[in-house]
Amino acid sequence: MSGGFDWIALVEFAAIGLLSGGLLALIALGFVLIYKGTGVINFAMGEFMMLGAYFFYTARVMWSLPDWLALMLTFAGVASCAALVERWLLRPLAGQSVIAVLMATIGLASALHGAVDAIWGGQNYNMPQILPRTPLLLGDVLVPGKVLWSFLLAALVIGLFSVYFRRSRTGVAMRAAASDPVTAYLMGIDVRAMQRLTWIYAGLVGALAGIVVASITSLSPALGTTALGVLAVIILGGLDSIVGAIVAGLIVGVLESLTAGYLGGKVRDIVPYLVVLLILLVRPYGLFGTRRIERL
Amino acid sequence: MDGSISRPEWLLEAEDLHLAFGGIQALSGVSLGVEKGRISAVIGPNGAGKTSLFNTLSGFYRPQRGRILLEGRDISAVSPDRRAALGLARTFQNVALFRGMTVLDNIKLGGHSRLRAHPLSAMFYFGAARSEEMALRHEIEREVIDFLEIDHIRHLPVASLPYGLQKRVELARALAMRPRVLMLDEPVAGMNREETEDMARFILDIQEERGISVLLIEHDMGLVMDIAHHVAVLSFGRLIGQGAPAQVRAQPEVIKAYLGESASRRAA
Repeated sequence: MSGGFDWIALVEFAAIGLLSGGLLALIALGFVLIYKGTGVINFAMGEFMMLGAYFFYTARVMWSLPDWLALMLTFAGVASCAALVERWLLRPLAGQSVIAVLMATIGLASALHGAVDAIWGGQNYNMPQILPRTPLLLGDVLVPGKVLWSFLLAALVIGLFSVYFRRSRTGVAMRAAASDPVTAYLMGIDVRAMQRLTWIYAGLVGALAGIVVASITSLSPALGTTALGVLAVIILGGLDSIVGAIVAGLIVGVLESLTAGYLGGKVRDIVPYLVVLLILLVRPYGLFGTRRIERL
Repeated sequence: MDGSISRPEWLLEAEDLHLAFGGIQALSGVSLGVEKGRISAVIGPNGAGKTSLFNTLSGFYRPQRGRILLEGRDISAVSPDRRAALGLARTFQNVALFRGMTVLDNIKLGGHSRLRAHPLSAMFYFGAARSEEMALRHEIEREVIDFLEIDHIRHLPVASLPYGLQKRVELARALAMRPRVLMLDEPVAGMNREETEDMARFILDIQEERGISVLLIEHDMGLVMDIAHHVAVLSFGRLIGQGAPAQVRAQPEVIKAYLGESASRRAA
């Protein structure tokens, strides 16, 4: 076989794509949690990631705290922000049109963006490496350490959430509050607490994803726009499906990696969207989304 | 023992409820009580305000005037989830189960308000949260699932069940709340003869064996006359009669509301 096609490169691109898809799925989980739990598409997801990364940088580098303490402070900070947003922005808008709520999250995104810019400035910071960098050699295929470990971390977090929603009392109550808030309320479930918890969990997921993404690339306000790239993932997966977020995250990850590898970095951001568009023509509700039936 | 006729012991009491949506008066001056350990029924033509009354009692609607008392305590300002914790449980006219979940998950959610829900302790299934969970599970198995004979379907998703069984699961979920007052909104609507008889038997057992007070809305007059101790009749948001079933059936106001003017003249 002297065909000249480099199979190893193909496998390498695919493997790296698959693994980096884990991180996409993690960010997508943040969107899906809020959409499923409160019916809102949160356009400020990227800003939660950004906040998490800046909080961590401040605690870890500027205040020289140990990793674990910096992480705890970051989580506490982002969780408080998410709870405040739910209480003072989303709850007053309950019952308003979808567009009004959507505009509010876009407004929130630019407010957070501006605040970060004002406090930390627009420059790039070097994020400390929190994930091991040792690469993994699978036969002839080399997987960079940060790609592998961010995948494992994402898989762990998504796995924990799946178990939580399936097995824990609060998780089941959150699902109940999401699927039928009125009935849940009349059954003694504190629906508002469940919605607040939804925002807090999504904020934590975002913060973690933000720290990982910033440590792979670098820390700047541009981090906030990363999450918009994940829109393709959540729309492909179906807005309200965690399984959808995982599968779509992996698909888009592989597509991005293959196009970057074979067609160059410039088209990397275009081809996945084209493929997603084609799939949506056939399945407008996404791969795993709930099909809405409207009765007339 | 004093021989005087004492006022019945109300467990749940509505006092002079007024409820309006814009220009529509859903309830005007409705007062009624649920007697401890008995079965009370609310009847009335469609649109009489029966479900509005239920929604007001369970706290989902705020009346413009009037009070709601549970064991003499004014609960008018208490939120619906707290009222559920105080012992008001209900089912819905259109089955309102959580469709994506199994029968068991739905029923366990009924016990939710009785447990201390803490997101983290419940997450790790440790210590107190775990033993609380197991205790609830055993109680539900024994007193709800076995009692209502739904043992065989516990792990099925509720959406796959026939309508009659869904209504029974909804009753199970309300029972898991360990209610003091069980409010049933049309428990046998859309059921066949056999399912209706099963449901009547369950309601009677709940009242007789558990001593739970029942307040039900029902159109099936046969059922109401058979099992209710006390009947209240609503028409256009007003209470037009109440009393023992046989007594209520003979009241001219009631006959008029149900059958129209000419029928009441003939009866008179």
